[in-house]
Amino acid sequence: MMRSSRVRRTAVALVAPALLLAACGSSSKPSTDTGTTTASGSSGGSSSVSATLNGSGSTFQQAFDQAAIQAFQSANSKITVNYAGGGSGKGKTDLQSKTVDFAGTDSLVKTADLPKYEGGKILYFPTVAAPITVSYNVSGVDKLQLSPSTLAKIFTGSVKKWNDASIAADNSGVTLPDTDITIVHRADASGTTNNFTHFLVLAGGSDWTLGTGDTVTWPSSSQAGQGNGGVAQDVSKTDGAIGYVDFADALAAKLKFASIKNSAGTFEAPTLAGASAAVGSATIAADLTYSPLNEAGADAYPITSPTWIIVYANQTDHAKGTALKDFLGYILNDGQGLAEAANYAKLPTSLQQKAITQLTQLVVPA
Amino acid sequence: MTALAPSPDLGASGLPPSPAGGKKVDRTFRAVAFSAGLLVLAILALIAYSTTSKAWSAFAHQGLSFFTSTHWDPNTNHFGALDFEFGTILTAVIAIAIAIPASLGIALFITELAPKRVRAGVTYVVDLLASIPSVVYGFWALAVLTTPLGHIYKHIANTIGKVPGFRNFLGGPASGESFMTAGIVLAVMIIPIITSISREVLTTVAQDDKNAALAMGATRWEMLRVAVFPRVRSGLIGASMLGLGRAMGETIAVALVIGSSHQVTSHVFFTGDSMAAVIAHDFPEATDLPRAALIGLGVVLFGITIVINVAARAIANRTSAMTGVGR
Repeated sequence: MMRSSRVRRTAVALVAPALLLAACGSSSKPSTDTGTTTASGSSGGSSSVSATLNGSGSTFQQAFDQAAIQAFQSANSKITVNYAGGGSGKGKTDLQSKTVDFAGTDSLVKTADLPKYEGGKILYFPTVAAPITVSYNVSGVDKLQLSPSTLAKIFTGSVKKWNDASIAADNSGVTLPDTDITIVHRADASGTTNNFTHFLVLAGGSDWTLGTGDTVTWPSSSQAGQGNGGVAQDVSKTDGAIGYVDFADALAAKLKFASIKNSAGTFEAPTLAGASAAVGSATIAADLTYSPLNEAGADAYPITSPTWIIVYANQTDHAKGTALKDFLGYILNDGQGLAEAANYAKLPTSLQQKAITQLTQLVVPA
Repeated sequence: MTALAPSPDLGASGLPPSPAGGKKVDRTFRAVAFSAGLLVLAILALIAYSTTSKAWSAFAHQGLSFFTSTHWDPNTNHFGALDFEFGTILTAVIAIAIAIPASLGIALFITELAPKRVRAGVTYVVDLLASIPSVVYGFWALAVLTTPLGHIYKHIANTIGKVPGFRNFLGGPASGESFMTAGIVLAVMIIPIITSISREVLTTVAQDDKNAALAMGATRWEMLRVAVFPRVRSGLIGASMLGLGRAMGETIAVALVIGSSHQVTSHVFFTGDSMAAVIAHDFPEATDLPRAALIGLGVVLFGITIVINVAARAIANRTSAMTGVGR
């Protein structure tokens, strides 16, 4: 009797965590008042079809997607759009098996994975971008500047004290205390970790030794938080802490951000304008993929994360395909006006136009 | 609950009259119960098979060092799970080290010492604890426990932790999210299970035996030692092992408070990670080989829990054989 219930529990223990964490790993961006006024007279406002669209994936873009979905639906009452979050990895897997109609992702699909997409060719539609802040909590220090190499030394654990010479070199005139540095990173696998570490690979040179990925092996003395909100909380309650947190959560937790030296040599604070500038100076590939990390523009904030919605180029259902086209059209036109209120950077005009043009490649059957 | 009145078609014996086809019904019942029993085995075998086959690419890639290496880096396809195996075992050991004395104390209090009215209340509260979902324990620990525990750990690390001999176990830098915190949360979660089984085992001891011991002039403690413990030892071991098994498999609560870093260390105030926590944290974003490796962690966890259950059964059997008293 007892034994069989243990066996069952073990079975559940193997399957349940993935489901559960998919639900609670989502980032806790503050939901914003969606500007429903902007929705009236939108380009996608006169859709004739009735359909339900399902999406899943990136939690990084979820707060923006929700704002856009709410405004879009109030203009198109016959279309229902659901976006489930769950992480970029889940979004890609769901789209592969056609479980969803669109997926949100912060990273590109690997070439080796392309044959797994049952619906054939996929299209990337960039939606918004956002800065990843380097937030810190050091009493008495209200302004902090960090070069990529110093940042790399801090997060590899080779710099252990706030008054270390390499931090002092970036901050002449600032009195730094003799406090221990506490590194705070993400406990869960995350696109934010991927973009942050990717930046350090690009800019940190030989000082960065941990590689890049959704998880990396952090120094063992470090701490971890659940999601962006968890990292923000750990930073705010620990004197001497430093962590990487997405812009909206860092603002919500009222954290202090460091200015990061970009490749043009200026120290930039994380701002939406700085993120837009980074996207604007990035090289856009023909399929609209790009990397705004470590971009050279003088105003560019170097740790900027891109995000996309991916869909199948060849839609198989008239109503769904039309609805999807309308929804993407809305996000790329009027939806851009909702970005800043939700603490995302809108697309620069040139990229926005390219994305709108790409909508013609979305083939909808008659 | 009110006692049920005997229904009219029951005979004087209280048993339903045996119908003509009784034997046939008996056989059908046997078959149904037997296949239900087989079903459990089939499910067990299927889980073992499907997880192992899904994890096989990672096992094949990494070889035996999957179990013995501490180098885990999915980005470069290194899957050494020792850090997480260690974390699972250390947190579970901390948990039962705290939970067994506490549970046994509560169970003895309920069965031997508490007045009848208090007994019902305490039993109810303990059972209630068992019904709280683990994610609630986890968030409670994260939001409420980690900060004050961090201060306590730092204090201990700066005092006892400086003493040679203790330095390697209690030394700093201490973190509120650590092996110790995970162990404490697990202890709170398994106390209800161990307590309620221990309580039931303890109530099986005949009152006459206890009275006999007391009549011989034994004190209360001597009575427990002489008349109660020998009879219930195997049951108590079984209860503890069940708690240990639950502590090892527990996921969300541990994932929230263990601190997520990779290390094998004797320092209980350091951050670490457990197998279940790693699966929970990384599964949503993992694909291909890293995903197979995470399923591989599940297989290892599955294996360890089976070993523990078999060991528990063996110990329980041996003890009851030694004392000559069955459960």
